[in-house]
Amino acid sequence: MEEFFQHCVNAFMLGGIYALLGIGLTLIFGIMRVVNFTHGELYSFGAYMMFALVMLLHVNFFLALPLAMALGVALGAAIEFTLLRKLRGADIDTTMLVMIGAWIAMQNLEQFAWSGVAKSVKTPFPATPLVLGGLSVAWSRLFVFAVAIVLIGGTYTLVDRTRLGRAMRATFQDSDAAKLMGVDIDRVYLSTFALGSGLAAAAGALLGPIFVVSPGMGDLAALKAFAVVILGGLGSIAGATIGGFLLAFIEEMGAGYVSSGYRDAMGFLLIILVLVVRPTGLFSRKERIG
Amino acid sequence: MRRAATAALLAFFISIPLWVANLYVLHVLIVTGIFTIAAMSLNLLLGYTGQLSLGHVAFFGIGAYVSSLASLGFSVHLAPDWLVTLGPQPVWLAMLWAIAISGFCGWAIGRISFKVRGAYFVIVTISFAEVVRLVALNWDELTNGPMALNNIPPLTVSIPGLIEFSFIGKVANYYLVLAAAIVAYVVIARLVHSQAGRAMIALKENEPLAMSVGIEVTRYLVLSAVVSAAIAGMAGALYAQYIQIVDPNIFLFIYTVTMVIMVVVGGKGTLAGPIVGGLIFGLLPEGLRSLQIQPELQWVAYGVMMILIVSIVPRGIVPALAHVWNDRVRAKAGPAEASEAGARQAAQ
Repeated sequence: MEEFFQHCVNAFMLGGIYALLGIGLTLIFGIMRVVNFTHGELYSFGAYMMFALVMLLHVNFFLALPLAMALGVALGAAIEFTLLRKLRGADIDTTMLVMIGAWIAMQNLEQFAWSGVAKSVKTPFPATPLVLGGLSVAWSRLFVFAVAIVLIGGTYTLVDRTRLGRAMRATFQDSDAAKLMGVDIDRVYLSTFALGSGLAAAAGALLGPIFVVSPGMGDLAALKAFAVVILGGLGSIAGATIGGFLLAFIEEMGAGYVSSGYRDAMGFLLIILVLVVRPTGLFSRKERIG
Repeated sequence: MRRAATAALLAFFISIPLWVANLYVLHVLIVTGIFTIAAMSLNLLLGYTGQLSLGHVAFFGIGAYVSSLASLGFSVHLAPDWLVTLGPQPVWLAMLWAIAISGFCGWAIGRISFKVRGAYFVIVTISFAEVVRLVALNWDELTNGPMALNNIPPLTVSIPGLIEFSFIGKVANYYLVLAAAIVAYVVIARLVHSQAGRAMIALKENEPLAMSVGIEVTRYLVLSAVVSAAIAGMAGALYAQYIQIVDPNIFLFIYTVTMVIMVVVGGKGTLAGPIVGGLIFGLLPEGLRSLQIQPELQWVAYGVMMILIVSIVPRGIVPALAHVWNDRVRAKAGPAEASEAGARQAAQ
């Protein structure tokens, strides 16, 4: 029982991170029709910015977190402006390859800048866990979960309630019609990519201090984000949120009770299962066949 | 004209070991050739049916593992009290097994992943490759996990009493890979010029229309996946018996990226494209290495060049050159022939 509870705690924390990654990717994917291969690099960028700010510049941990996220937003905007703006209307293969090229360049630049050695970030949380009637939860994990929920809620509000969000939803449904109605498509694309990148950077900045920060950490994160998007359906924030937590639970329970070596395979096996049983995805209303 | 050019190119490739004495250069050419074969197989899927598979390395790796395991022999528990043992097989037989099993995996994976299209298909294929990599990493008893399969025997051809020849050394392997590349080229060329090939191109151009004229879309997609996977498996088997060691890193995403970039830069949907792209991106890392900068920066340059080339010639080098060539023909010829050349180009 104790063990099961511990798995649940881990799953909630990881689920929050996966949901952040998945929401960022699914927004970019749904609105811009871009498979963003730099997503994992934004994730590790957030983690490295956390390392640079906290460990090298001695910025307060709680101030460093929004700063790292803001830097992620800026980097995302820069990528959109320099690479993707020129590729409007290019076919999906071209865009994808340009993003893969950017991913290779960014990852190696990162390895060059920070060396291959894993770094750790000091957290201000007390070492003694929070004890609730025989059950203990680490403060850091609670914090990650809480911030993730706040960010998910914030993104949902932004897309659902604001003027920019309405423009984003209109572009998602029909970009040509949105353009005719006076929506500034370039601005929507820039905001979408910057927002998605910022969420990925926030995920990295949250999880980096709990584990370690290393140059390859983005690859697996990107694969997880892809899995969440498949599970949740195209452009759906709610789907990505549920998909993120679902993936985390399956991984955590699979690793705990089946085989820890296949932990990272669980999500992909789930995708394959979903495709066999229900190719339209678990939560998507729109057809994705044909 | 076309025949003469093909013959001259072939003669050039055959003559290379006669005037290239540097063994390292030959090694680079062999590995480039193996990846070019893999790129040719990917082109069948990406260029002719229009499906971007980013999991192609799975078939390459499966081919490498199957041929290595069959030639080394193995014993594995499929259940606690069910031990399956296979003694070492001749390498040529092991390679045939590799081709057959890769093709079968192409069928199985194709059946599942062709249920979706576009970006979903891309992500599903990445997932498959990742699952296969994790299996290779974790199924220690069969694959030796990260400890790798070592001492893989080289291909040996023997006719009892007549000849016995092992493909050891660079020159022998160079010719082996060249021969395999020619076989792969001929198989793919035959397929795309057949009725099945025309069906594939039709469904790439307009799937609902192809379906409406009675083309069984999934059947042809799966057919191309099977052939493509089998050829990729052959390339993997060649790689294993040449390098003589296989570890789970063979499934790394970067190898898929290498294959895709070879096809796209050369020109997808053209037979010569993967060869042109294969030579460029097979030799590019070596060219970057000669710049004497840190390996990370070499890869940064690789990524930047990828972005530049794809942005400048999104359709690939071979179609771009064909375009320039046609323009020149048009400029020389009279207006009547020019429109004919234009129509031919449009038809392509």
